[in-house]
Amino acid sequence: MVQRVNKTIRPIKNQNIQKKADRVFHWLTALSALLILALMIGIFWELLSNSRLAIQKFGFKFLVSEVWNPVTQEFGAASSIYGTLVSTAIALLLAVPLSLAIAVFLVELAPPAISRLVGYAIELLAAIPSIIFGMWGLFVFAPFMAEHIQPGLSKALGFLPLFQGPPMGIGMLTAGIILALMILPFISAVARDVFRMVPAVVKESAYGLGSTTWEVTRKVTISYGLRGLLGAAFLGLGRAIGETMAVTFVIGNDHTISKSLFSPANSIASTLANEFAEASEPLYLSALVKLGLVLFAITILIQIIAQLWLKKIGQSFGGSL
Amino acid sequence: MIVRSAIPRKMVDFGVKVISSLAALLGITILAWILYEVIKRGAAALNWSFFIHLPTPPGLTGGGVANAILGTSIITLLATLAGVPTGLLAGIYLAEFGQHSRIGSLVRFTSNVMMGIPSIIVGLFIYTLLVLPKHHFSGYAGSAALAVIMLPIVARTTEDMLRLVPNALRESALALGAPRWKTTLQVVFRAAKTGLITGVLLAIARVSGETAPLLFTALNSPYWPRSLNQPTANLTVTIFNYAMSPYTDWQEIAWGASLLIMSAVLVLTVVARFALKEVKK
Repeated sequence: MVQRVNKTIRPIKNQNIQKKADRVFHWLTALSALLILALMIGIFWELLSNSRLAIQKFGFKFLVSEVWNPVTQEFGAASSIYGTLVSTAIALLLAVPLSLAIAVFLVELAPPAISRLVGYAIELLAAIPSIIFGMWGLFVFAPFMAEHIQPGLSKALGFLPLFQGPPMGIGMLTAGIILALMILPFISAVARDVFRMVPAVVKESAYGLGSTTWEVTRKVTISYGLRGLLGAAFLGLGRAIGETMAVTFVIGNDHTISKSLFSPANSIASTLANEFAEASEPLYLSALVKLGLVLFAITILIQIIAQLWLKKIGQSFGGSL
Repeated sequence: MIVRSAIPRKMVDFGVKVISSLAALLGITILAWILYEVIKRGAAALNWSFFIHLPTPPGLTGGGVANAILGTSIITLLATLAGVPTGLLAGIYLAEFGQHSRIGSLVRFTSNVMMGIPSIIVGLFIYTLLVLPKHHFSGYAGSAALAVIMLPIVARTTEDMLRLVPNALRESALALGAPRWKTTLQVVFRAAKTGLITGVLLAIARVSGETAPLLFTALNSPYWPRSLNQPTANLTVTIFNYAMSPYTDWQEIAWGASLLIMSAVLVLTVVARFALKEVKK
């Protein structure tokens, strides 16, 4: 009892200390918050200053030149940029419709128990590390592609240059498909949340007028949540474009631009992952950092657009969680 | 008024229902396929020596990845020690001090953007900052890269969780004369405890499977991690190196390591998600 009394008296004595402690606390939290800003600026600055050599030597030609030759010290990023864009495009082309279909299933079709179960499974898919996708992609999925998918594709669509060439399993198409599987959970999670936000009354009115489930989905749910869905696609794009390990395992790592999606290719991230530890000459290193700068600039742009867009339409979806 | 027959509409509807169900089935199939392959091939590689021995050259049996298991644990632990307290403090700033300030919203926006930056870029940044000036790779650099990735994640989940705590609780603590720091750390934190732990667990799960940021920071090593000031063995880079090697016994070890990493990450995620569901109730 005596101790309790003492305790209540102490704060009055120490008011000044407490005030100081509060100020220190406030500053500590503010500094930690500012650290995030500092890191962001720091990343940009470090990438910029360490790619100076390559910027001076190659300038903007870096972005369009296809030559990548560490021996002659000629570096151009065109094939990496091309590979990044094409693999991401394949991923989005596959993942966006699939994710929408999954979201429709989760929200409109499935009974609650099944919806929850499938929802968990999709969330679990999102948690699987990139390197596991890489292992599975290289040892399981690429052989599967070579044996079952690619021969079929070249038989059916072989008149297009896109689907010509030997079915090796690894290559641009396989990388794009694996990327699609990786971003699928993110897009479907956001799409599901968007669909759930459509007021039940609006949907019920459409059903009451005799619409089928698909008509309600297409004309009410999707048009109601269109802007949110666009944001979801952007988040998926942002993730796919910088994905490293899974792509490095299956893309084949070849610095050429090929018409065929079956051929090995590379992406900015895969080039970095493969070559960085070996780069010893300053110019080589600088060219790789410049490649990183290009990737950084692209993702920052996508993220800023996506975040501004989501902020504007008043929905907050974390980029990763 | 045009009367349309219901039959084609119902057929389209049926078709769409089939397609969506198939899409959901595809998602589950992929998950099951990955889990099945990793467990089947990984379990075959797991044995005692896998956990207690150092790696051996290809062809020699009895090699393990004990050094990489230890290295990954140390690197992740150090990253957590650096990233989590800073992230919590930044989250406190966002939720308690800077909700409506311009700096607050700038930091919030930057964190969201930063969460979307490819992890390999963070690795590149730490390389130029810590590895290049010292001319050698190090476990510290690996931890630093992971900590940078954790920071915005922890900050944003902390902010979200602290926001869920009703203001009345803060006001009562302050009215009793408690200083701001005590109110936050002893009252608000206690109310948000489960949510905060969830955020931290998710952040740890996220970085413990990361490979790209370690590739040119911690690199890898065939030895025990004696000092973090030198290249440090870790599981994920080991998987990458072994999988890319032409030796089947190394590839088997890569599968074993994959199973280990995947189980750790999935268990952490499931525990965290379960806790989060409890919070949201």
